[in-house]
This record gives sequence, C-alpha cells and structure tokens, in this order.
Amino acid sequence: MIKAILIFNNHGKPRLSKFYEHYNEDTEQQIIRETFHLVSKRDENVCNFLEGGMLIGGSDYKLIYRHYATLYFVFCVDSSESELGILDLIQVFVETLDKCFENVCELDLIFHVDKVHNILAEMVMGGMVLETNMNEIITQVDAQNKMEKSEFFPFFSFSLSLYRRLSFSLPGRTGRHRQKNVSYCHV
Amino acid sequence: MLIVCWSPVMVEVWNGPGDKKTVEGPSRMPAPIRLRELIRTIRTARTQAEEREMIQKECAAIRSSFREEDNTYRCRNVAKLLYMHMLGYPAHFGQLECLKLIASQKFTDKRIGYLGAMLLLDERQDVHLLMTNCIKNDLNHSTQYVQGLALCTLGCMGSSEMCRDLAGEVEKLLKTSNSYLRKKAALCAVHVIRKVPELMEMFLPATKNLLSEKNHGVLHTSVVLLTEMCERSPDMLAHFRKLVPQLVRILKNLIMSGYSPEHDVSGISDPFLQVRILRLLRILGKGDDDSSEAMNDILAQVATNTETSKNVGNAILYETVLTIMDIKSESGLRVLAINILGRFLLNNDKNIRYVALTSLLKTVQTDHNAVQRHRSTIVDCLKDLDVSIKRRAMELSFALVNGNNIRGMMKELLYFLDSCDPEFKADCASGVFLAAEKYAPSKRWHIDTIMRVLTTAGSYVRDDSVPNLIQLITNSVEMHAYTVQRLYKALLDDISQQPLVQVASWCIGEYGDLLVSGQCEEEEPIQDEVLDVLEGLLVSNLSTPVTRGYALTAIMKLSTRFTSVNRIKKVVSIYGSSIDVELQQRAVEYNALFKKYDHMSGDEWLRVTIDQLLSSVRILSCSYDPNSSVVSLNFHLTRRPLSVCQTFQLQLLSPSSNVVPTLNQGTVTQVIRVLNPQKQQLRMRIKLTYTHKGSAVQDLAEVNNFPPQSWQ
Repeated sequence: MIKAILIFNNHGKPRLSKFYEHYNEDTEQQIIRETFHLVSKRDENVCNFLEGGMLIGGSDYKLIYRHYATLYFVFCVDSSESELGILDLIQVFVETLDKCFENVCELDLIFHVDKVHNILAEMVMGGMVLETNMNEIITQVDAQNKMEKSEFFPFFSFSLSLYRRLSFSLPGRTGRHRQKNVSYCHV
Repeated sequence: MLIVCWSPVMVEVWNGPGDKKTVEGPSRMPAPIRLRELIRTIRTARTQAEEREMIQKECAAIRSSFREEDNTYRCRNVAKLLYMHMLGYPAHFGQLECLKLIASQKFTDKRIGYLGAMLLLDERQDVHLLMTNCIKNDLNHSTQYVQGLALCTLGCMGSSEMCRDLAGEVEKLLKTSNSYLRKKAALCAVHVIRKVPELMEMFLPATKNLLSEKNHGVLHTSVVLLTEMCERSPDMLAHFRKLVPQLVRILKNLIMSGYSPEHDVSGISDPFLQVRILRLLRILGKGDDDSSEAMNDILAQVATNTETSKNVGNAILYETVLTIMDIKSESGLRVLAINILGRFLLNNDKNIRYVALTSLLKTVQTDHNAVQRHRSTIVDCLKDLDVSIKRRAMELSFALVNGNNIRGMMKELLYFLDSCDPEFKADCASGVFLAAEKYAPSKRWHIDTIMRVLTTAGSYVRDDSVPNLIQLITNSVEMHAYTVQRLYKALLDDISQQPLVQVASWCIGEYGDLLVSGQCEEEEPIQDEVLDVLEGLLVSNLSTPVTRGYALTAIMKLSTRFTSVNRIKKVVSIYGSSIDVELQQRAVEYNALFKKYDHMSGDEWLRVTIDQLLSSVRILSCSYDPNSSVVSLNFHLTRRPLSVCQTFQLQLLSPSSNVVPTLNQGTVTQVIRVLNPQKQQLRMRIKLTYTHKGSAVQDLAEVNNFPPQSWQ
C-alpha cells in the first residue's frame, strides 16, 4: 500500500501532497519537511530507496523517490509494494503529466495543482495502484475535463475556441508562464 | 470588442479591458479571486511573514464568501483553501463547504468537493457521515465519472460505518460491464474489506468472473482484490487456489503476446500486471504442493526469458525470484533464483543491488549455503558509498557468519566498523559481539576482538554490554593477565570511551595484582602509575558518574592488592564529601572499613569481606509463571562469613527460602545476629538489585526505627 505521495522542489516547497492515511495538518507538514530533509541529502548516484523517517511509519515503510530537474517525486510505501515496480510507476506518472501538460515543468504543477490531483486520482486510489496505462488515464482525464467545460460554457464554447486561438498569438504579460493548451480551468 | 485582458475567462473579456469584475456575483463585494490569481500573489511574497499575511487576508475573504452561501464561487473558494492547506495553513473551516459542493448537481463542483473531502476530512470528524447519502446517490448516478468520483472517495477515506452502509452499492458496481467503474469498484472493495473484514464474504460471488476480463485495468485491480482476500482469510486462500491455472494462462499470454502498443512499457507487455500476478501466485503457492507444481514451468519461463536491460525487466525478475523462494519450488529453480540475485548484485544499477541484498536477506535462513556462495560480493558491498546498500550488506554479512568463515568475516566487519558512519556503529558493534560469542575460535581471539570494538567504537557500544563483557572476562581465567594488560594500555591512550573505561577499571581493580606482578609479557607499570590512571579517571570531565563509580571501586579493591594503601585511603576520604551521592556513599563505607581494619591490610579475610560488601545480594535469575502468577527470584549470598561495619559485628544466617512469592502471599525471613558491645543505635541499609522485564532495577531502603530495647 502506498501511504503518501509527495512532490516538492529542491528547496522543500510542497507542490503536491496526498496522504492515504490520515494525519493532522501539523504532522503532515512535519512529514513533508522530514522527507525533504532525508531525500535532499542523497547524492545523485545512490539508489532510489530510503528507509523512511520516524513519522511516516518506521521499519516496514520505505521512501522511493525520483529526482527530475527541480522536483522530487516521493512515494512512501510499505513492503507489499514492489520497489522496482513503484519506480516504474513514478515514471508512468511523470510521463502522463508530460502528455497532459505538454512538456511539463514545475510551473505547471504550481498553477494547476488540482489538475495534478485529478490525474493522480486516475492512477492511485486508496493507496493502491488503479491504472498504469498512460493512454487510458489521459482519456479518462480528458473526458472529465470536457464535462467540466461543458457545464460552465454551455453556449460559449465556440467563442472560447476562437478566443484561445487568438490569444496564443498575442505577446501579453505571460513572460514566466507560457500559455498552453491546457484543459480549461475556471477555478 | 475582444481581448485586451489576457485572463482566460470569457465573461471578463466581453465586459471590456481592465475590469476584473464579473457580470454575475454579489454586488456588495468583489468576486473572489481565482486560484491562479492567488497562487501568483503568494509567489510574490518574499518572506514567510508576508505569505502568512496574504493567506490570512484571503482566508478572511473566503470565510465571508462562505457565510454568504454563494453557490457560484464556492468551488473556487474551496480550491483555494485546498491550495493553502497544502502549504500548511489551517483549512478546517472549509469542511462543510466540501459537503455542499458534493451535494451540488454540477460535475465541477462535485470534483472539487470530493477532492476536498479526501484532503480535509477523515473518520474522526462527525461531518464525514453526512457524506454517506451523497455518495450513495452518486454511486447510482447516470454519469460514470460521477460514480467514479464517489467510488474513489469512498475507497480513500470511507469509515467503517460508511463502508457498511454502502458495501451493497459497491458490490453491484463490481458486477457491471463498464470496465472503468469495475476497476474502481474492485479497489473500493479492498478498502471496504480492510475496514470491515466481516463483509468479505459479500464480495465472493462477484469475483467469479473477474479474471475473464479483457481490460487490463480491471484485471490489475481484480488481482489486488483477490490478493487482499487471500491474505486475510485462509478459507478464501484455499478457495482461490483453483484460480492458479487461469492466472498462469494470463501470465503466459502476456509474455508470449508479442508487441502490444497499448500495454507496452519498454518492450514488455504490462509489467505491472505481470508483477501483480506473480505476487498473487506467491501467496497461492506457499505451502501448497499442487499449486507450486502448476507454477513451476511459467516461473522458469519468466526467469529465463525476461529482458533485463531495463528496470521493468528487472522488476519482473525480482518478483519472480521472490515467488520462487516462497513456494515449494524444485531445487533447480531455487538455484536459478539465487543465481539471478547473484547477478543482480553485480549490476551497475544501485537500485538492483539494493533489492538483491534485500531479497538475499529474506532467503538467507532457508537457503543458507546457496547464499554463502555470494559472500565475497556481499562483503564488497560494505564498501559501497550508498548508505542504504551498506546497511543491507551489513545485516546480510552478520547473517552469513558461521564457524568456518568467522576469522575472515570478522576482519572485514571490524574494518567496516572503523570506517562506517556513526548511525551504523551501535548495530555493528552489537552484531560483532554476538557473532564473536557464538563462533569465537579461541578465547584470546575473542578478547582481542572485544578490545578492538571497544577501542574503535567504544562510545557507541550499548550499555548492557559492559556487564556481559565483564562476565566474559571473568570466565576466561587464563586470559586475566593478558586482558588487564591490554585494557590498561588502551586506557593510557584514550579515556573518552566510557564502556571501554568501565570495563578496564573493573579489570584493573580485580586483577591489578597481575598487572604489576610481572606476569605480563611486556613492561609492567608500577603501582603508583596505575593509581595515577585511576585517579585521573575520577577527576576527568570525560568520565560519567557511572564510570567514576567503577574507578573508585577499583581503587578501593586495589587496597587489598597493592601496598600503597595510604595513598588509596587519602583518595577515598576525599570522595567522602563528593557531590555525587553514589560516590559519597561508597567513599564513606570504604573509609569506615579502613578505620576498622587498619592493622589488617592485605589479609585474605578482609579482601573477601570487602568484596562481599561490594557485591549486593545478587539476584541470579528471575522467572514468571503465568499460571500461578508467581515470580520466582533465585538469589543467594555468595559468601557467609561475618560482615562488619564500624561499631557492630554481624552474623548473617541462611534465609528461610530462595523464592519470594508475589502479591504479598508470603515472606522470606533471614536472621541477622548483631554484636553491639557499644550499645550504638541500630541502623540498617538494604540494597536490592534485580532485573525486571529486561531492565536493571535498583532499590535502596533504610531502617532507622529499631525499637530501643533491641539495642540498649
């Protein structure tokens, strides 16, 4: 069982935190800090498995992590999960994010954290792996996003597509955050 | 007029540039800002305090918005709340709002509502029970994605009450033909079973044709469900054994199927499903000959045919090896498995080496000889830079030590002890002591090894090893001279490592005569030098109170072995006024001895008496009989001559019994005859030392109220 999935950057700022067992808010933050502390100490060329910190659960639990550019993806799992399998799962997760966000970068995770949660919900449920096929996941996520879109814009969908096509060609003040073909989000 | 404002909401653009207000929304206050706007704002904060201020301001705005019961912006506000929650700020006031969102008709609302429920709620709050009805309705919704949301939330944080109420709905969905829902229902069922194990039976009929599914997602989660059921109930396990042929077939198809772009990961067809099936096969085949027989072929096939150049292949191989080792596989297959692990050990990839060491640790008990063959590789891993690998290698090395390889292995392990990180030293030292005790080829080697550990990792050695070591040294009679000499030399070099100092002080006190008598091979110290060293320990800042106690006792003991008694008396009397109560007590008692027996130094009888005083009534063993609730303490006095102190003479007779019953069911009496010629007031101090539940306990008592008639 997966106990927690954490994404944080090189400075320890959380970009996504999903716990599959309940902890109160202070403990959650402590866990994030402790995990960052353990993981950031690691060299680049050591193995991706760490015995977990005290907070998360002790000897039966491991931290399995991968470092991509500025982000750490950490899965905290118990002995019922295959360590190498989880490594592959992290890879699938990142590739899915990449497909959904088109060359995903940290900014995408920052500004669309709810989207990332939605994608994750199609992959892991209740601490167990639900779906590992990337295309399947993306199909489901897209369909649900379409549903959201149609709710908010029952009449304006034509204008929306027109607007988006036009706005892409404008310079605008979008210096740091590239406009992308992200599924519509109105929150 | 279109687009000047680049913000992507249609409504804003149609209203013209620069106007951030929307058409809808309450006229009293501005519309709540969007999540992205909030994120952008927070990112501009330069300090933690600034961020906190922004968050608090926004929280206040959100709270007012919630109070207005505005349906339009609730979704947005909760999304912002969840973001703030991730950063670590309190968000509990949004819990009820999540429920309102879940009850809404809009999919967008439900999506955020359920996400909020999963992040903010748990079964400890009563609020979550209000969700039950909503989830029930949503489980029967016409849209599969709504049903999916409900299943997901129930499967993540459903409490036992909720699971009980909704298990029927989940079971229904487990039988649906919609594969999207079916796979979610399977995992939800796992959660239900975990929360309410009695409901497991209910899902049994639905599992009948789960494995005939074509959809890999459903297959995957079904195998998870079956695994959970088998792990929880031996009856289920027996029932599902008949699925072994079907599982073997599915696995075979996956391997032989050739390239399938849908499920391909680095050239292997759905490795995740393969790994899951292998794991289930492991559980089904354990301890069962027939099932193990049925799996042998496919396991051999997977083990030999899997491509190992990428991580996925290794993941499958690893799982295969674990399965082979757990079931009743034929010996050829087991050897194949261990050899695969041996190959893993040589792999460049650290992760592979790590899992290999982990698996070898699991199998070293059952297949000891096979693992021994890889001993040199394992020992090499001790030198790896990776902390995780070093730890595994250390544990495995200790498991591999036996009578034949003890010398070689110990050399490597001691070298490791020298150079490893402090976090390993305590465990490594304990391991070395254990291994040395079990397999030491000679007493001298044993003492040398202990010395080595004490000198290199002395401060990390566990507290309980000091008495054990003292016991060991006492028992090796012929090594006393050698031991005390080596320990003395070690003390000259370094007095900072307390366990070493304590053992050394004890030995010098006990065998000091051997140290100075010329029995040692090398130049022996003179008495004054030895006393210098011990006094040095007493005054050093590095010595703990326990160590000082050992040192003082040792000095005292030497008064019967050395001739420079005056010096010893002076030292002892100084400590009669020490701040440390324990030291003071000892010094006073020793002083008293000196006063009484000034003229009898060196007497054998005195030596014996002092030693007896110094050793309390020793409890030899303690056992507990749960049937009769009797704690038996076996104790005896080591010697029974007269005990003396300043003004009295005592004769201790044998106690009435060796066993003290519990719960005040009886007493043990011991008669002490007192000769009190000076008619001094009787006082008695009792010290009891014993072990209770593994830890040492010391009890002191004083009796001052003897009736005057007894001594006047």
